Amino acid sequence: MSRQIVMPFGPQHPVLPEPIHLDLVLEDETVVDAIPSIGYIHRGLETLVTKREFPEYVYIAERTCGICSFIHGMTYCQGIEQVMDLEVPPRAHYLRTIWSEYSRIHSHLLWLGLFADSMGFENLFMNSWRLREFVLDVLEETTGGRVIQGSCKVGGVRRDISNGKLTAMAADLAGFEQKLSDLADVFLHDDSVKSRLVGVGNLSKTDAYDTGAVGPTGRGSGVAIDMRMTGYAAYGDLGFEPVVEKGGDCYARCAVRVRELFSSVEIIRMAIERIPDGEIEVKVKGNPEGEYFSRAEQPRGELVHYVKGDGTKHLVRSRIRTPTLTNVPPLVKMLQGCELADVPVIVLSIDPCIGCMER
Amino acid sequence: MKIEEQTTTEIEVANLIGKVQAYRSGGYRLVQVTCSKVGDLFEINYSFEKDLRFENVRIIIDPDTEVPSISGMYWGAFVYENEMHDLFGVQVKGMNVDFHGNFIRTAVPYPFRTQVFKGEGPCHDRS
Repeated sequence: MSRQIVMPFGPQHPVLPEPIHLDLVLEDETVVDAIPSIGYIHRGLETLVTKREFPEYVYIAERTCGICSFIHGMTYCQGIEQVMDLEVPPRAHYLRTIWSEYSRIHSHLLWLGLFADSMGFENLFMNSWRLREFVLDVLEETTGGRVIQGSCKVGGVRRDISNGKLTAMAADLAGFEQKLSDLADVFLHDDSVKSRLVGVGNLSKTDAYDTGAVGPTGRGSGVAIDMRMTGYAAYGDLGFEPVVEKGGDCYARCAVRVRELFSSVEIIRMAIERIPDGEIEVKVKGNPEGEYFSRAEQPRGELVHYVKGDGTKHLVRSRIRTPTLTNVPPLVKMLQGCELADVPVIVLSIDPCIGCMER
Repeated sequence: MKIEEQTTTEIEVANLIGKVQAYRSGGYRLVQVTCSKVGDLFEINYSFEKDLRFENVRIIIDPDTEVPSISGMYWGAFVYENEMHDLFGVQVKGMNVDFHGNFIRTAVPYPFRTQVFKGEGPCHDRS
């Protein structure tokens, strides 16, 4: 047996936009174990719930993440609405679904760009982010915010999208989808991409399920778990089939995200087609008393917002379980046995959002 | 919108391992573990799911009570258990990966363990 050495990876590393630290136990160039540690940017957002009134906390929930902020706000609102037994108007559910799916496309394109960058494919990185601008423009036009939308509230949404604008958005999707196809073609079929990803960072279906992998990390290993199947927002009306790949390697996780771009476009198209007219919010009276585990599908996987109220305007507890936290154990499994040179690509393949994890 | 049914079963700490083992044997996945401070006590929720059935097991403990680790059954539970230890100071016995307080580095030790004052802050007197 070779002598073992421990090599630190992070918290600052070229492929890491945010800090996470891994102690890599190496035998020659092979990683035999990886020990993660976090907490470099822990923000204590969960304790702020006792200092802000429950309708105000939506703003804090949204700021848990700068990429999937809308879904954080929506998941929190859904939790409060369940506790308070509020019936949100159907149009608000459809608008939430549309904004959620635009957020997913934006997040996946951002990740695909970073992933290409981690492989040294600079041109692909720039093309991914160029397409992402289209989505950010739509979010800005419809909510006023490119990164933090601020359009979700307890009881519904703050802004409506006119039917004329929705029709224009649907028309624009055709051209956008064609550009996505060109991008997908490179990610899925280019030899240099495949040679860098296929067979790297393997995670079996059993390990993925047992270690709690969620989102594309789990679905890339054949675990068909997607919270949209629970039918929250308008997903129950629209029908939904999760995108699943069986390879279990970095290529499979990449392929799931690429294919989800198209499934998100299709969901948006269906939602625009079927969105009913009507109110976009209900009046909220009283304070939440009770508890609920609100779950939704973030671009990175299952998100849980646990809310507990005692009948006052301040909640007793908010707990945010983000997908990156639960994808850390699967990451450790992927790293065991890999080559040192593959570590950056494997770490990025779970789409780590440390800001989310350090809520 | 479909409403998800959720069940919560409160059990004694002594029965935790047996109950979690039943979920493990039944093919449930561990969704999350949450600790909450309720008055002077800690409330810990273990959430499981199978085929979109979402179930919780709850234990209520004194802050100094030692809790057995479930990481022997659910390997990935170490992130939640270390988090509970680092943020709330809950003593978890038998973790498969024990960071000894270094998983989440905070300026204040066990920041969620102390009593929080509801309404403290700029919105305190807003009606």
